[in-house]
Amino acid sequence: MSEVTPTEPRRLAAEARDRVRFEEEALELADQVYRVARRLVGSREEAEELMQETYARAFRSWRSYTPGTNLRAWLLRILTNLNIDRGRRRQRAPEMQPLEEGDYFLYNRLEESSREPGSDQDAVVERLSQDGVVSALSSVPHDFRDVVVLVDIGDFTYQDAAQILDIPIGTVMSRLHRGRRILKRALAESAVGGS
Amino acid sequence: MGHADPCEKCEEVMQPYLDRVLDESERAEAEAHLDACGYCRKRYRFEESLRQFVRQACSEAMPPELKQKLAALRTPL
Repeated sequence: MSEVTPTEPRRLAAEARDRVRFEEEALELADQVYRVARRLVGSREEAEELMQETYARAFRSWRSYTPGTNLRAWLLRILTNLNIDRGRRRQRAPEMQPLEEGDYFLYNRLEESSREPGSDQDAVVERLSQDGVVSALSSVPHDFRDVVVLVDIGDFTYQDAAQILDIPIGTVMSRLHRGRRILKRALAESAVGGS
Repeated sequence: MGHADPCEKCEEVMQPYLDRVLDESERAEAEAHLDACGYCRKRYRFEESLRQFVRQACSEAMPPELKQKLAALRTPL
């Protein structure tokens, strides 16, 4: 008799089943992963390449995923690591213009530019253009943008974002706060300042 | 400027409040303040609409052919 026990084929079959299930679940999340990926990089082509590299790696290393944990966060951790490995510029956040106007800067700028009395808040936001928002977001330095994209577009918790980016949760919160302010400043400039 | 100074209290709790990470008592405190402060109430609503708008404006659907490329990366059976 051979030394292979009868349990071996059964184990292999179970493993194949687990792998197929993993692959299917990962593919079901691809739309959501892409939405985040698209805003982490500058172009659609880059996002597509990054997605393919991410899925290739995920399918290779599926055994290191713990079933029952957050698969979307696991995929995005691979993706953000690959994105950094791709040699993206690790810009140190430049100390841009001071932000001491606080969080209300954009609001005040938009409201000042709006002359209709009593216009409601949604109408104030509608003064922004979709393209303006996309380009304002892409102007936010990487370290801050990553966090804003994960939390505000990817809908990840602070905790998930901290794990994905491998930074402390306090850093997530401070980068988020500052990133959102930088975004609002860029929006204020594009919406009412520049033109 | 034709605007009152931003309210310090709201500067401090705006982000955790909108991100729903305050505990129950902090949340109640923030809401009590919002009930009393019209200036902050307007700005909270603005922040909420802004976040929705950013999320919507920045959501780009995945090209369908990419999904096929990803599926092709699966381990063959």
